[in-house]
Amino acid sequence: MSEPLRLQGISASAGYAEGPLFDLDQTVGSYVGKETADDEKAALETAIAIAAGRLTALIDAAEGDAADILEFQIAMLEDDALSSLAFAAIHAGQPADQAWRQALDAEIAGYDASDQDYFRARAADIRDIRDQVLRALTEAGDVQVPAGAILYGEDIAPTRFLETDWSSGGGIALKAGSTASHVAMLARSRGVPMIVGLGALPAHFAGIVLLDAEHGGIVLLPSKAEIDAFRQLSSSFTVRRDQAGTFLARPAATRTGTPVRVQVNIADPSEVDGIDIATCDGVGLMRTEFLFGKSLPDEETQYRAYRKVLEWAGDKPVTIRTVDAGGDKPVPGFTVDESNPFLGQRGIRLSLARPEVFRVQIRALLRAAVHGSLKVMFPMIAIVEEYRQAAAMFAEEQAALAARGIANKMPPLGIMVEVPSVAIVPEAFTEAAFFSIGSNDLTQYVMAAARDNAAVAHLNSVRHPAVLRLIAAVTAFGEREKIPVSLCGDAGGDPASIPSLLEAGLRDLSVAPAQLAMAKAAIADVSV
Amino acid sequence: MSASAEATVVVTHEVGLHARPSVKFTKLAKTFAAEVEIALAANGPWFDAKSIVKVMAAKAPKGTLLHIRASGDGADDAVDALVELVRRDFDEGTDHVRTA
Repeated sequence: MSEPLRLQGISASAGYAEGPLFDLDQTVGSYVGKETADDEKAALETAIAIAAGRLTALIDAAEGDAADILEFQIAMLEDDALSSLAFAAIHAGQPADQAWRQALDAEIAGYDASDQDYFRARAADIRDIRDQVLRALTEAGDVQVPAGAILYGEDIAPTRFLETDWSSGGGIALKAGSTASHVAMLARSRGVPMIVGLGALPAHFAGIVLLDAEHGGIVLLPSKAEIDAFRQLSSSFTVRRDQAGTFLARPAATRTGTPVRVQVNIADPSEVDGIDIATCDGVGLMRTEFLFGKSLPDEETQYRAYRKVLEWAGDKPVTIRTVDAGGDKPVPGFTVDESNPFLGQRGIRLSLARPEVFRVQIRALLRAAVHGSLKVMFPMIAIVEEYRQAAAMFAEEQAALAARGIANKMPPLGIMVEVPSVAIVPEAFTEAAFFSIGSNDLTQYVMAAARDNAAVAHLNSVRHPAVLRLIAAVTAFGEREKIPVSLCGDAGGDPASIPSLLEAGLRDLSVAPAQLAMAKAAIADVSV
Repeated sequence: MSASAEATVVVTHEVGLHARPSVKFTKLAKTFAAEVEIALAANGPWFDAKSIVKVMAAKAPKGTLLHIRASGDGADDAVDALVELVRRDFDEGTDHVRTA
């Protein structure tokens, strides 16, 4: 029997779904060419009219966001500026389908190239328009989507979302996609679970999939135990969410009234578009690996990404973690191939080994710092010399920026507490401005159980007394020395772990945005 | 007599001149006989304000100083009306900022 297969992405709409995988990227029917250019032109005109007609039919049944999206698509479709290139190509002898595809692909490329998330996300709308007209041109009958299916593909068209019957469950799992897309907004308002950024499946796959859009992962070929655990989480989710909804808008506090700070973890700047800043105490962890996905990002790209989140947060703090590549997050051209990557050159070790890459990020952070309340932390610190080296590089780059008259600000510099050497001897790190416990890595290193290996998953628990004792010791040390301590691992948003974390003394948790409400609800149940 | 008018206005809408605002913008522009164009800088490039494809292609983010110009019949009214629409934030409240 095959091993279960897990893919991790970003939650765009929280919830659970279990069902057969439906591949959205199956090829459409083929277009039959016409005799003359005039016939080609007529075929395209008819197809555009059919597509516009279908959208108009959908708009009658839609409201709110859905109606706005359809109205936008109709306006685009009816604009001659969109089709004029295609008609010119037909006049030059191209068949209608090719002419239309090329004209629209050029338009899509323009949106894809935008440096603004919002405009980039509109590329999905133009693809939708393109495919609706192609569908009308080819008249390929659509394959029926089975009820409760998990729609899987590169991206998903808003009309496809609206045409799908979600009443019997189902969800969306995208290889790429964006949390700022129209479909993501629709999915959140309709409560349809959705994950983006999963990457491609290793091979053609058919069968049942477990989609956990609360934590952002899917499991293919699940074992019996995984299905049981999934169903438990799933059945408690609706209850937890309904109860939690009332907690979202209020500051978090325990049953006995002890206030607890709850911040959010984000992986992509566009995620903040879906979060009301009033519902959280800031950003406890902004990952920066996403910027390093395809190539090494330049200073301007990084600066804009950091600034966007800082401006969104206003006076609330935003803690940005310097690039934590390596381990299970390889970056082409940056990370190195190692036989044991979790124990190799990752996090701050890699940044210090590649100062020319690290200094670009440092400059972008120093410049962005003037736009909000920035804090910066270093991942995988094991010895204090690493902190000192990184801090010295910040000081050097700041002096260089100041000498060039470029606006900048030195943020407080803190460390992740995730290597046991730090958790056991925190007194060696009193120079750091703050501690942020990375519970995922701390747990895997204390328990010697790789977090990407399902065979040792039973060992990988933050609630093991050895892990909890270290967390309690670090928290107590921070309190004595007036060094703020928070926790930003998955455990912080896990209702089952929250009681233990609060009992260990933590009063500052950072959780996935989708878990915000339920984390607050779980905190309100604890008496500390 | 050929009238012409020009004005500037700052886009304050959270995500700029995006899908929903641009639908409203082009719809309003089309109600005037005058030729209406927008640009992100005084020296252009200028985009046809009646074409949603062109308006979206301008990719005006929040904070953009939008230049609007018109020529022909009712040029003044067209510019005034479009400036007002942007200033009123496209008649949207802050409800487009969604909670998670």
